[in-house]
Amino acid sequence: MAATQEEIVVGLAEIVNEVAGIPTEDVQVDKSFTDDLDVDSLSMVEVVVAAEERFDVKIPDDDVKNLKTVGDATNYILKHQSA
Amino acid sequence: MNATNRTVVVTGIGATTPLGGDSASFWEGLLAGRSGVGPLTQDWAAQLPVRIAAQIAVEPGESIPRPQARKLDRSAQFALIAAREAWADAGYTGKAGGEASLDPNRLGTVIASGIGGVTTLLGQYDILREQGVRKVSPHTVPMLMPNSPAANVGLEVNAQAGVHTPVSACASGAEAIGYAIEMIRTGRADVVVAGGTEAAIHPLPIAAFGNMMAMTKNNDDPEGASRPYDTGRDGFVLGEGAGVVILESAEHAAQRGATAYCEAIGQGLSADSHHIAQPEPSGSGIARALQNLLDATDLGPAEITHINAHATSTPLGDVAELKALRKVFGNDVDHMAISATKSMTGHLLGGAGGIETVATVLALKHRVAPPTVNITELDPEVDGDIVRDKPRELPAGTIAALNNSFGFGGHNVALAFRTI
Repeated sequence: MAATQEEIVVGLAEIVNEVAGIPTEDVQVDKSFTDDLDVDSLSMVEVVVAAEERFDVKIPDDDVKNLKTVGDATNYILKHQSA
Repeated sequence: MNATNRTVVVTGIGATTPLGGDSASFWEGLLAGRSGVGPLTQDWAAQLPVRIAAQIAVEPGESIPRPQARKLDRSAQFALIAAREAWADAGYTGKAGGEASLDPNRLGTVIASGIGGVTTLLGQYDILREQGVRKVSPHTVPMLMPNSPAANVGLEVNAQAGVHTPVSACASGAEAIGYAIEMIRTGRADVVVAGGTEAAIHPLPIAAFGNMMAMTKNNDDPEGASRPYDTGRDGFVLGEGAGVVILESAEHAAQRGATAYCEAIGQGLSADSHHIAQPEPSGSGIARALQNLLDATDLGPAEITHINAHATSTPLGDVAELKALRKVFGNDVDHMAISATKSMTGHLLGGAGGIETVATVLALKHRVAPPTVNITELDPEVDGDIVRDKPRELPAGTIAALNNSFGFGGHNVALAFRTI
């Protein structure tokens, strides 16, 4: 069952909270992982691995660099998750 | 004093140890003669021949938030806790160049461990085998590298004069502090955060040290297992924790009105070149380190009133150190109160020089030598005045104290401190 956009944002918020300690309510679609959420390039790998597992999606390393914001990641997952 | 021979003082101390989570509770435990050794109750310990250790009194998770802790090896967590205490104790808050009015280019860190991020390395290998490549933490390398505690403390205080990690097994912590003294003495830095840390309580190191016959297997009496100088000693007890000091040039400390605990006089170094893991039994290598200390500094044997000995509770090592003291200091050894604090803390490997320097600094401050516990029958080969069972008052006036640390590989480090 594919996740909705809202479910993905909630899921990413929980992951970012676990990885970087940012309160879930601060994780919004317009927020930059690096600039706003204290997720550096290493921690971003953790976010990606957790998101892959949670949303049953593959995010190749080459695509990770394009996921600047929570919205970017949400759209990527919406588009690529298994139906 | 010219720019290349400056006086160095200790202006802050911090520790997290098996006896307590800060330097005050650590010192209190030492004076009370309390053992930090207990049984290992983890499932993995059941199969091991050694099932005791001196585990940390206060888990680091109580002061380091989880998002930060998950990027730090346990040894770096200990170092950070001890460094934060020492930094605050020295009167600093925040980062150099920010809240702390200190030039980052004049601030260094030198923090060492004996075997680095060993629990991270082994834990991530378990994850690799059990959960696959993708689950190996991207933080693994910066967590397991031996310089990680020094680097993380450096980031915390914004140290830019240099961040270093001398590695010499169980002498690492002392070597770090000696290195830091030299950084200040020779003018590279005004302030250095220095010490040692270790977190190696894990089945592999325990199995390996156990198979070397280096550890006691006295599982039935954890508190009595670490017994330096006793006839029944049969190896060390593994401990964990960190000790950190703030070293500062005397001028810098005076300019900012900081109170110094004592002078950090300097270090004496040597290498045995005898055996990869056994001490040279006559203590000749250790003696050369002590002689080098006397030759390199204005320290004289007459003023040394206390020695925090390396004394790990091994048959050969404890006595070799005493032979070296007699060889170099002669009759002056008789007025030196010798304490083996590992009888209470266990052996913190690279952390030992850190917490034992903290203990030595506090011994000078309070003019009290902590006791050596668990000597029921003093080894007749012991030639020296061992402080047994209860603390002992140290004399008034200007007095000096040594902290000795030796490591597998034949590394010998003697550090000297003096009241101001």
